Amino acid sequence: MHEITPLPTETHTAAEAGQNAAPGRANPGQGIDYELFLDCVHCGLCTSACPTYLELGNENDSPRGRIYLMRAVTDGRLELGDEVRRHLELCLDCRACETACPSGVQYGKLIEPFRVAMEQSAPGKAKTDDWFHRLVLFGTFPYPGRLRAALAPARLAQRLGLLRAAERIGLLKLLPARLQQLVAMLPPASKRQPRLPDFLPAMGSRRARVALFTGCVGDVMFRPTNWATARVLQQNGCDVLVPRAQQCCGAIHYHAGSSEPALGMADANVAAFNADDVDAVIVNVAGCGSMLKDYGHHWPGDGQPQRAGLADKVRDVSEFLDELGLVDPPGTIELVATYHDACHLAHAQKVREAPRRLLSKIPGLELRELGESEVCCGAAGTYNLTETEMAGRLAQRKMANIRATGAAAVVTANAGCLLQIAREARAQGLDLPVVHPIDLLDKSYRREAWNV
Amino acid sequence: MIAQRFPELVRELQRVVGHDGVLAAQSELVVYECDGYVIDKNSPDVVVFPRTTEHVAQIVRLCNEHDVPFLPRGAGTSLAGGCLPVGGGVMIVLTRMKEILEIHLHDRYAVVQPGVVNIHLTQKLKGSGYHYAPDPSSQGACTIGGNFATNSGGPHTLKYGVTVNHVLGVEAVLADGSVVQFGGPAEDYPGLDLPGVLVGSEGTLAIATRLWVRLTRDPQGYRTLLAVFDSVDDATNAISEVIAAGIVPAALEMMDQGILVALEEAFHFGFPLDAEAILLIEVDGLEAGLDAQRDEIIELCQRSGAREVRRAETAAERQKLWKARKQAFGAVGRLSPSYCTQDGVVPRTKLPHMLRRIAEIGSRHDVRVVNVFHAGDGNLHPILLFDERDQAQVRRVLEASEEILDECIACGGSVTGEHGIGVEKLDFMPRLFAAEDLAAMDRLRIAFNPDGRLSPHKMLPTAGACSIEQSSPQRRAAL
Repeated sequence: MHEITPLPTETHTAAEAGQNAAPGRANPGQGIDYELFLDCVHCGLCTSACPTYLELGNENDSPRGRIYLMRAVTDGRLELGDEVRRHLELCLDCRACETACPSGVQYGKLIEPFRVAMEQSAPGKAKTDDWFHRLVLFGTFPYPGRLRAALAPARLAQRLGLLRAAERIGLLKLLPARLQQLVAMLPPASKRQPRLPDFLPAMGSRRARVALFTGCVGDVMFRPTNWATARVLQQNGCDVLVPRAQQCCGAIHYHAGSSEPALGMADANVAAFNADDVDAVIVNVAGCGSMLKDYGHHWPGDGQPQRAGLADKVRDVSEFLDELGLVDPPGTIELVATYHDACHLAHAQKVREAPRRLLSKIPGLELRELGESEVCCGAAGTYNLTETEMAGRLAQRKMANIRATGAAAVVTANAGCLLQIAREARAQGLDLPVVHPIDLLDKSYRREAWNV
Repeated sequence: MIAQRFPELVRELQRVVGHDGVLAAQSELVVYECDGYVIDKNSPDVVVFPRTTEHVAQIVRLCNEHDVPFLPRGAGTSLAGGCLPVGGGVMIVLTRMKEILEIHLHDRYAVVQPGVVNIHLTQKLKGSGYHYAPDPSSQGACTIGGNFATNSGGPHTLKYGVTVNHVLGVEAVLADGSVVQFGGPAEDYPGLDLPGVLVGSEGTLAIATRLWVRLTRDPQGYRTLLAVFDSVDDATNAISEVIAAGIVPAALEMMDQGILVALEEAFHFGFPLDAEAILLIEVDGLEAGLDAQRDEIIELCQRSGAREVRRAETAAERQKLWKARKQAFGAVGRLSPSYCTQDGVVPRTKLPHMLRRIAEIGSRHDVRVVNVFHAGDGNLHPILLFDERDQAQVRRVLEASEEILDECIACGGSVTGEHGIGVEKLDFMPRLFAAEDLAAMDRLRIAFNPDGRLSPHKMLPTAGACSIEQSSPQRRAAL
């Protein structure tokens, strides 16, 4: 007869447990409030909400499994070996598990700090030491100026039609895999648009005063959507401020385990957005919105109340307009579309109905429900640039669901999802526009015909 | 460690399912050491992910050749340790066998692999006018294979029956690796009713690899009511009155004050906090006649002393009530750091007596108990609240639990309605059944599983095996 090990009684804290870990290296669970682990009652209801578990069927790649692994490492029961590391890295941090969990487990508060600490505890393997992270993700993405400059040659090639030609004849395969992925994601070049002015006045009677967050990658790749957002806010009676000194929200660094630079960006944004002066800080990219809303609890210590003050004012643009009461959009858009829930909007910010309600007010627009609309498309911030295989599997899964709706366009409210789904559509040879809900609202207010 | 003892077995398993279909590193086996029941734990030595029936058959044959125990597992949401690998061995995880193979609406059945998640089948059927009826609260995650193994229920079993009423046939791999099919797409095959034997056998007789399941027509309409009572006695009497009047509600659920307070704190549903109990009652079926049934239920509740009966007027209001019911267990996490859910069954008319006894047992052991349960079929889920870090509390909770379950048996009921025996309730089997009954069951098990390698030491007490002593009650969220 075998021995059955009884459940150890958890009377210790993570900090105490950390002392049992491998000597000479801090336990990545050390800074985590142990009560957060205890919230998980191991019921497993989260498992099939998790995209990586849906794909792989391996409990190690499920939220319950990952919490179990993190807790085992924290308890000193398990070494943080390559396998454990791999399962934790494969997490998209999409937070679908938080939606599914009946016990209110705050998974994001476990996996995010754990991964930050995991990066720091293994210097040789830290993501920041990797050329792609150092040069591209950390060095270029968060800085609109650098990104625009870096993209210039690709943009030129795109305008001349060279990029797609190179893709067709397989020339791009000579690039490293992650750069290939990056190039494939580049959205079609649109008309160059000027930067937004510092202030755009409300139209009609003034109903609110808001500040607009324009983002880093967003400002370079989606400037037309930023313009559309400002115009729609104006249409709805909002004075729109666009603070010049604003910076990247810090999500790229933070989610890749680099907490310090992200804190710097957060504090710069606190200074740039005078939260007391506006009714709301409006964000149109779900990933940035979710990060900004988390400013209050990511970093205790100096400046925390100010960061929490900014976080309290942050609203996704759909959430804000829905609360404010949307001015009826007048222009008809004859289109069958489907709406994909961005993880960082649906799961992290719990905004699901607002964008659907706004879209339903556009005359002529038919919105078809998308199967598995809350399952991540694989973009997940920069995940699709670093975990290309899983990201590709999830993109294909998403596209199969989209095709089943018969919709002629996809609507989604996050930069990463827009790029990822559009890339997959191109890869499958589909003419399937992927747009932000605000782009459609803007068209309706401007009574523009539907064409992309 | 079998991985070390039998590197050859691991290599052979890899040849069957590929390298990415076998886990043998200790760090990847840890998460498989328990299911939703976390008191007893034991890692398997190898985890293997088959994709086809033939894979399962080959894996089973290899385990036999190497004389290694083996057992199936689905999503691992079971609550009684049904997929605890007692004695280690090979765990056959069926989550990659997740294809919905066929759907036949006109003949009202579907053919699925065992790893299909319960709700995925119903989602696939959305808009077709049909659904898969068994709806355990874990339906968003649990697999149909796991439902088959534990004969799962759910709130709607009162009218629609449990899993065994929805399984038409099964293809299974027997303990010797042979592949058999019992039943199939048509009704009532001649010969022994072996699907009936395998459903609920908790993976101890065979491993299901393909299931023919019944599809149920969506009801034309629903009427959902919330009846508020000032006393638990009145509420439980109302349950008996409704059933005695010949009405078969689709669901009839009860929540007591403790649960109401927790739900209100968590979700602000607008429940009256001074009420002692509420009943959530739903009737469904043809539109014609539903209003009459609803009115009759309202009258019966009022006659039993209901203070107020609310109606869900819209689909959104109905959804809100059901959300409250299905989230109830999660909300309990807000009342105390740990809790232990029991799963007793008593005849409906014994409910008033049983609830009084639960309250009395709780106060005698100084343990707070709240109740939310499937009242219509007498399936109780008393939830005992405690802090697992306090050993004295833990002991009191174990004693109170045992007393409650003994009282269920004394009332002519049972110690599990839907969670199963697994390893958790093994010790109760001799109290529930006579020695002759258990011996007959054991002979059946031996006929299917002569070498005892398939999921050993589960469900039926085994002669000579030491019983597993519980060291602490569990914390769990689902039922």
